[in-house]
Amino acid sequence: MAKKLPKTDIVLAGVGWTGGIIAAELTKKGYKVVGLERGKERKTEDYLMVHDELRYQQRNEMMQDLSKETLTVRHDRSKRALPYRQHGSFLIGDGVGGSGEHWNGLTYRFLPYDFEIYTKTVERYGKDKIPADMPLQDWGITYNDLVPYFEKFEAMAGISGETNPHPEVPEVKYPTVPLKETPSMKMFKEASKNLGYHPYIAPAATLSESYTNPDGISRAACQYCGFCERFGCEYGAKASPVVTVLPVAKETGNFEVRAHCVVRKVLHTNGKATGVLYVDTRTGEEYIQEADVVVVSAYALNNIRILLNSQLGSPYNPESGTGVIGKNYAYQMTSSGSTGFFKEKEFNLYAGTGALAGVLDDFNGDNFDHTDLNFIHGGNIALGHYGKRPISNNSVPKGTPTWGKEFKDESIYWANRSLSVGSQGSVMPNKENYIDLDPTYKDQFGDPLLRMTFNYKDNERNQQKYIRDITTKILEEMGADMINTPGDQGDWDTTKYQTTHNTGGVIMGADPKTSALNNYLQMWDCENVFVPGASAFPHNSGMNPTGTVGALAYRAAEGIEKYLKTGGSLV
Amino acid sequence: MSEQEKNAPYLDKRSSRRTFIKNSGLTVGGVVLGGALGSLLSKDSTTQTHETGVHTTATAVNFNQALMYFDKTQFDTIDAAAEQIFPKTEVGPGAKELLVAFYIDHQLAGSWGLNSKEYMSGPFYPAEATPLFGHQTHLNRQQIFNLGIEALNSEAAKQYKAKFSEITAEEQVAILQAFEAGEVTLNGAVTSTYFFSLLKSATIEGAYADPLYGGNKDMAGWKMKNFPGHQMSYANIIEKDEFVKIEPTSLNSQHKH
Repeated sequence: MAKKLPKTDIVLAGVGWTGGIIAAELTKKGYKVVGLERGKERKTEDYLMVHDELRYQQRNEMMQDLSKETLTVRHDRSKRALPYRQHGSFLIGDGVGGSGEHWNGLTYRFLPYDFEIYTKTVERYGKDKIPADMPLQDWGITYNDLVPYFEKFEAMAGISGETNPHPEVPEVKYPTVPLKETPSMKMFKEASKNLGYHPYIAPAATLSESYTNPDGISRAACQYCGFCERFGCEYGAKASPVVTVLPVAKETGNFEVRAHCVVRKVLHTNGKATGVLYVDTRTGEEYIQEADVVVVSAYALNNIRILLNSQLGSPYNPESGTGVIGKNYAYQMTSSGSTGFFKEKEFNLYAGTGALAGVLDDFNGDNFDHTDLNFIHGGNIALGHYGKRPISNNSVPKGTPTWGKEFKDESIYWANRSLSVGSQGSVMPNKENYIDLDPTYKDQFGDPLLRMTFNYKDNERNQQKYIRDITTKILEEMGADMINTPGDQGDWDTTKYQTTHNTGGVIMGADPKTSALNNYLQMWDCENVFVPGASAFPHNSGMNPTGTVGALAYRAAEGIEKYLKTGGSLV
Repeated sequence: MSEQEKNAPYLDKRSSRRTFIKNSGLTVGGVVLGGALGSLLSKDSTTQTHETGVHTTATAVNFNQALMYFDKTQFDTIDAAAEQIFPKTEVGPGAKELLVAFYIDHQLAGSWGLNSKEYMSGPFYPAEATPLFGHQTHLNRQQIFNLGIEALNSEAAKQYKAKFSEITAEEQVAILQAFEAGEVTLNGAVTSTYFFSLLKSATIEGAYADPLYGGNKDMAGWKMKNFPGHQMSYANIIEKDEFVKIEPTSLNSQHKH
């Protein structure tokens, strides 16, 4: 029998970026917040031994323990889904701070086009441009509505950057100056400019200079140590919940984090949540934490799972296209990148930081004319200087053997002489890409695992063919002696790391029939449940999602406060 | 290259001298080691150090090093196979000198070998799993290595009437190529291709992981690749046009402040 605990104002299922932002904002206003986090407590001192590629990158030190819980994966409905037994295509973080601890720190705003993608696509190209199996939807909020929330996130994290020079992209003033520019980034900039594109230094959450944010939190500048994504920051220079919003929440005395606590279900009666059922994995005991507001603030995929296992909201049915929980699952595509080899030049590629990149948006969103193209949207194009590490950095020219003498000598020769120009390709929703519960496989408590049904569709495969030519063209202009251009995007490979930008499944919108949340991230079907996170995205854009996730979390925090004051549906 | 150089010391001279002083001239090879492993380790773990004026002859051993998982045949097999995947070349040392087989042994003995942070519950449908869905059998990496090593030796016996570690480099490469292509049947629910891919990735890891894991001896893997290992800051280097070569430092240095 679960032990009932005294009621609180707000309970969080997950203490990462979204939970941390909501905790900081609401505790500052005097509300009591309890944060339940499945993983362990974290602090900057944990990262004394962080420069360890094997432990953090190959063995995924900061990621979820899949022996306790994973998901199952398949390409289409006709197949049996098989467990995602090892970390591969994406890496789900855990522990206090969540994925906000091990992220790269690239902090973009999704484009104005993204938030009104259906309307703007129809306006410019007509309804026929959208394939019948693509449930493309507006987000129920516009870019302009979101600007104040973007600004809040950027000020809190101290984003370092310069404004995007592309004429279609709105101007942004960042709180700190851009990161330092490397010789390879300069080459990328010059080559892209020669080709008529609009490169700039990517906005970064790895601080370019020491910074004190509006909450009075001071952090030091990034040291370009080369161990950033998949790693925690030993300087606190990379913005993470642990060094920004969580100390602010704790300082109020209104916040309690309970680590090692896994939320199994949101409890609800008559369309209102009463609290959550969770297990303390150290004692093995079950608890009920009652609350006026339940915030489902886990990783995007875990948000979907908590709702489905709670029987909250109507599950999506791909046959009829009805229902919303699990709908519009989307991902990103990283297969358009090319790698160039430079005989005459050695770069200091061991140095870098997670968000150090030259980037351009000329082929992102609707910044280019799609009239004669067989796809919509696109992706950003970037040259990253993230720090290359020797186990994973083995780029060799096409045709080189993959082991033995030649491989060894070539991979060592090119280790500091190869540069990649990559793209984060957007993924549009498809009726057949969705999430539901697996009928067979269970987690440590006997609850069903999520089942992910996903594959790249024509829109993505066509986009990839177009973008890969551009990444190759830029490397040619940069003077590469040899270039590896990728082949076609095949079926989704669940084993090879691509990106941890999983989106959708609990999407926001203007209509309760086609979305799960209103534009405050409040559930249409359960007014005291809020579900922030990338699970709210109706489609996935061609850039990193955290800036938009952060802005929406500030929007949700405002909505929760309104709800606690007035009650009822906010829209 | 002489036999002694090939079996390079595991400790630098300073450490070996310290060990010598502590042990007052014990000849470790004969005293500490013995039995089946003696022949494997005594040759590799000890060295003669000549230091004129201080000591005439010193013999040292790295007490931190011994096998945790493999038996002698398994060790010899992986030592030989890893050397073909990452051989000694003019550029620098290969898997043997970098102690990659020790690294793999140590990894297999722990959570990696037991797949302890991976979802290992059934049911299993290995026949339905294409390579895009990864490992889909009940076998853990210890079991897969046992099967793979057994098959490397049975192939060597079948084709050359010898152990895998005893055949020529060309013969070893030919067998590994057949494994990579999935042409060899393993006596369990795993393909030779999958075993080969595990062996290959573990070999690269052993060459380049921090020395604390038992491979990348003397950071020689990093030195070859011009990787500086653990450094606190590159803020003064990041903008530089010319390549800056830095002597590597390992995580061991974090304990010496």
